[in-house]
Amino acid sequence: MVEGTSTLERRRTLSEHPTAILFGLTGLLVVLIAVAASTGAYPISFGEMLAAIWRWLTGQDPIGTTDTVLFEIRLPRVFAGVLAGAALAAAGAAYQGLFRNPLVSPDILGVSSGAGLGAVIGIFFSLPIWAIQFSAFAMGLATVGVVYLIASMVRGREPILVLVLAGVVVGSLTGAAISLLKILADPYDQLPAIVFWLLGSLSSIRNADVINAAPLVLIALIPLILLRWRINVLSLGDEEAKALGVDSSKLRLVVIFAATLMTASVVAISGVIGWVGLVIPHLARMLVGPNFERLLPASMLMGGGYLLLVDTVARSLTVTEIPLGILTAIIGAPFFLWLLARGRDGWS
Amino acid sequence: MSIYRQLKVCFLALAWLSGSSALARELVDSGGRPINVPEQITKVFAAGPPASILLYVLAPEKMTGWPNPLRPAEAPYVAEPFRDLPALGRLTGRGGTANLEVVLRVKPDLILDFGSVRDTYISLANAVQSQTGIPYALIDGRFAATPASLRLLGKILAVEERAETLASYVEKTFNEIDSVIASILESDRPRVYLARGPDGLETGVKGSINTEIIERAGGRNVADAPGQRGIVRASIEQVIVANPDTIITWDPIFYENVYKDPLWSGIEAVERRRVYLSPVAPFGWIDRPPSINRVIGLKWLAGLFYPDKLGGDLNAMTREFYKLFYHVDLSDAELETLIEWSKGQAPSNAGAR
Repeated sequence: MVEGTSTLERRRTLSEHPTAILFGLTGLLVVLIAVAASTGAYPISFGEMLAAIWRWLTGQDPIGTTDTVLFEIRLPRVFAGVLAGAALAAAGAAYQGLFRNPLVSPDILGVSSGAGLGAVIGIFFSLPIWAIQFSAFAMGLATVGVVYLIASMVRGREPILVLVLAGVVVGSLTGAAISLLKILADPYDQLPAIVFWLLGSLSSIRNADVINAAPLVLIALIPLILLRWRINVLSLGDEEAKALGVDSSKLRLVVIFAATLMTASVVAISGVIGWVGLVIPHLARMLVGPNFERLLPASMLMGGGYLLLVDTVARSLTVTEIPLGILTAIIGAPFFLWLLARGRDGWS
Repeated sequence: MSIYRQLKVCFLALAWLSGSSALARELVDSGGRPINVPEQITKVFAAGPPASILLYVLAPEKMTGWPNPLRPAEAPYVAEPFRDLPALGRLTGRGGTANLEVVLRVKPDLILDFGSVRDTYISLANAVQSQTGIPYALIDGRFAATPASLRLLGKILAVEERAETLASYVEKTFNEIDSVIASILESDRPRVYLARGPDGLETGVKGSINTEIIERAGGRNVADAPGQRGIVRASIEQVIVANPDTIITWDPIFYENVYKDPLWSGIEAVERRRVYLSPVAPFGWIDRPPSINRVIGLKWLAGLFYPDKLGGDLNAMTREFYKLFYHVDLSDAELETLIEWSKGQAPSNAGAR
């Protein structure tokens, strides 16, 4: 009893200081970035890292492998981890508000399975890496487009239910197409590549990937920031939203587009990474409450930090890489069950 | 007795009656399983790509089909009548695509599998054998066992003479290489990285079937992760730390990019221009699949690792191997294509299906 009360009180005090929490999360992320940047197979001490960054800042010529590893390999990967985690968590938070359902993840409308199919097609036809990434990005967007189109053609039913069902159906269709290509693919070189892609990994990230994906994520973020208040209204339900003068179907389209663009951009460079977009918004909601204005930045900070942490483990725990999808599931699934068992999820 | 058991008994009796015209012989396969095979085996179903190559080199006239359709770049390197055999699918391994009814329709005298003889495959062999009534021979696919495996299958198929020719060729190759590398210290052997996939960041861990050719040719696999097996992902940072002096690959996209890519430029193998592209026609030289096709790759790699002691005439070697194992007289143009390929010039249709 006593413990219960103290938890409640602590939560109240936490939710009452959202700004402090956001500052704390930012600080934590910065620390994580510093730790991740100085961790890795190639030995770079913290001092060497600072010296290399100083050389870069002052425009001196990079010297040796340390600078290459730091600026061409490790930092791009660190930023890609933060970017992917933040984007997935933001998309998850937006979708969970949109669908008024805490069990929703960014792939509910098929963006991940669509991107997966795009990448598998690229691998199947032995395309170069940039083409595989583009194919994944385009198919991710196209799949959600198809889902939205199907849903908008069905009239007279609860629109959200139709959207989710269309997403499930199209998602399993793309899943079937992926399986078909796996069967047809060359078992000696294409099949392993497909499997690794579908498990997600940041091991081949380079600067160009981050430079390509980051602007798209930022562009997708703008409508979510501008519409933060309306998204709050949307989570009250269509009737209430209408009463408050919000056109819920138009708003829904914008949010779906933004969240899809965000997810597709990062999934194209990272492969399919599950659980981040599902679990992190929950955790963020526990800390800062359901108000999207605070939930969005908190989700992004936590998602970025979480995926960065997981990726750092993935590349330093063993001599070879551990696919991210495996780690996020191993950590995410029990955590999610714990959340479910706890009952309260901060929606109230 | 259930109806299925009765049917099975009837079926087995029928199978026995139809097979009894030829005298049955009792043999033991590499999995230690006794198999009853007819005196004359005329049709064999290969369960997967490694088995189909073993069968093709040993007794192509007994083939019933290929597991996958041959690609355009591969077909010219398979002898004329056999390149047109149908694609019947795979019976084992990841994604079995062969239908047991298809297997029964082609009425093979034997189902052949070449590869791991672990319990999974032994039980699969037993299951398929009792389900179809067709004897199922499991042959050890480890590279070192190649001569013995050739001889065993030669005995099963009653083509002992040809099996002996091929087995002694492989033995001679193994012995030649072993006698040279025996005198070379472990620390003086090349440090080799197998780059797979278009980004080159998939590799095979030391000790897995995909990379055993590296040690066989006297190299050291830099991807040494005790306790791990098979294909894994590596990061470029790990490759930089491992700093291999030799990189082997069969991915033309990776090969094309590796010398241009600044991230790979500091790696010793790239600096010394020791990245080698393996031809994959009709089958891969170093893997893909792990079967008899690796013998030519072994000679090639050993020559690259130890040019002074093992670097023979690649043209003559290739011509001889393709004649002896693949039943094809290479035209000058075809030979040139392969040699240029092994020097990094893959034909434009190499990746096409």
